[in-house]
Amino acid sequence: MKLNMVYFARLKDSFGTGQESLETDATSVAELLVELRLRGGSWATELGHGKTFRVACNQELAGPDSALRDGDEVAIFPPVTGG
Amino acid sequence: MQPFTVRVQTGRFDTGAEIDRLSCNPACGAVVSFSGLVRDYGDRQDVAALALEHYPGMTEKALHAIIEQAGQRWQLQAATIIHRVGYLALGEPIVLVVTACSHRKDAFAAAEFLMDFLKTAAPFWKKEILQDGSAHWVEAKHSDQAAIGRWQ
Repeated sequence: MKLNMVYFARLKDSFGTGQESLETDATSVAELLVELRLRGGSWATELGHGKTFRVACNQELAGPDSALRDGDEVAIFPPVTGG
Repeated sequence: MQPFTVRVQTGRFDTGAEIDRLSCNPACGAVVSFSGLVRDYGDRQDVAALALEHYPGMTEKALHAIIEQAGQRWQLQAATIIHRVGYLALGEPIVLVVTACSHRKDAFAAAEFLMDFLKTAAPFWKKEILQDGSAHWVEAKHSDQAAIGRWQ
């Protein structure tokens, strides 16, 4: 299935991209993160254990167990700092 | 009048006009506003400007959700949240929260609640631009996370 990935702020800079279309078999957020970490480099560092980041699925905050479906918009970003 | 307004924009907002807009309901005896401005120190000294990024779509949803939560706790007759994004020079207004209630205690509390949750739940990110031209992303503050604890 295909996911529309979006990245923001520091993660966008580290990954060198703000969005991508990702072909994956991951069925949950946790599985997706495992797959992204396998890319190595900044992916492994930024999404590594002990790092704080947020994942949103279709613009709602998601947890590791959140299910993913074909066509979902999945965002990964640092803790927010607005206001 | 649409009582609950959320706007994300690059341009300045007219604070007085926004307060006036929520000051015309005879049921509301109290209108409270909070303005957030670009300050000259943050994570570092010598901040010259901020660059703000957000997640279009999710931001608006998150802000409406925060207003809805406030509406469940207080008699919130009307509320406005305006947040700017893009390049913002020192002293520029970043954020405006206006609440209108029958009584002042509700209006003060709701305004503070909206700001506390905005800072931890709305997908905005600040980058500080220093006098020497260097820039860095602002780190999330534990104090902001702690601030929402008192509402739980």
